[in-house]
Amino acid sequence: MLRTPGLSRLFSISTRMASATPLEDVMRDKLAHAFTPSTLIIRNDSHKHAHHAPMQGSTSKETHFHVTITSESFRSKPQPARHRMVYTLFKEEMSRENGLHALQLKTRTPEEEQRDQEKNS
Amino acid sequence: MFSRTAFAAFRPISRPTSVLRPTAAFRLPSVLHARLLSTETKAAIEKAVGSAPVVLFMKGTPETPQCGFSRASIQILGLQGVDPKKFVAFNVLEDPELRQGVKEYSDWPTIPQLYLDKEFVGGCDILMSMHQNGELAKMLEGKGVLVAADQ
Repeated sequence: MLRTPGLSRLFSISTRMASATPLEDVMRDKLAHAFTPSTLIIRNDSHKHAHHAPMQGSTSKETHFHVTITSESFRSKPQPARHRMVYTLFKEEMSRENGLHALQLKTRTPEEEQRDQEKNS
Repeated sequence: MFSRTAFAAFRPISRPTSVLRPTAAFRLPSVLHARLLSTETKAAIEKAVGSAPVVLFMKGTPETPQCGFSRASIQILGLQGVDPKKFVAFNVLEDPELRQGVKEYSDWPTIPQLYLDKEFVGGCDILMSMHQNGELAKMLEGKGVLVAADQ
């Protein structure tokens, strides 16, 4: 009765719903594919902003993120261009009501990351 | 302490927030157009971007920012010593057309947004890192938008 494709779709949906961090999962997936980053840190800051006026009525626990990405893809691109590359990836999530409200970005090349680490050590 | 410096530095900017208000340029004929950047909106934003050498689109006013990232941006500009006479802030919360329009105009989905001599500089993260690595000071200095040191 249930054909396999339907069944697998059912499973994938239930798997996704089971995640407590569906948006973060999507972000990680998209970023990993688009940038093959050597460093990818996604920090959920939503709890820090839950009391803000725009968040009233929102039940989402995934509205504010801080993302650190180190990737070769950023080489020879100015910061605004790098941020736009990331924003483009999340166009839908950012324009959706109750979607991604704020996305802080740290976009560096491997060399820049290393330079920062040496400076801070 | 920093915030007080910033507030004092930018107090005269209540002037610019009204620049867009009397024009009615943001009144669009129908909600269907709400997500398209109309010629009128584009022209109004162009005018806003060119209304001073340093232009910040933000949530709230410099005196009472309504968002932490807008607050941080104002504080950075205050710390850098941007001349209030060369600075204008626009509160996107006052105008939904401006709020949506400026995102499309700049191809940038978030607020705040900084313009320097009509050139898009970036959002809060970029401003912060440029502030920390000295690029912002160099850029503002080069454009001659800082308060003279001897004042």
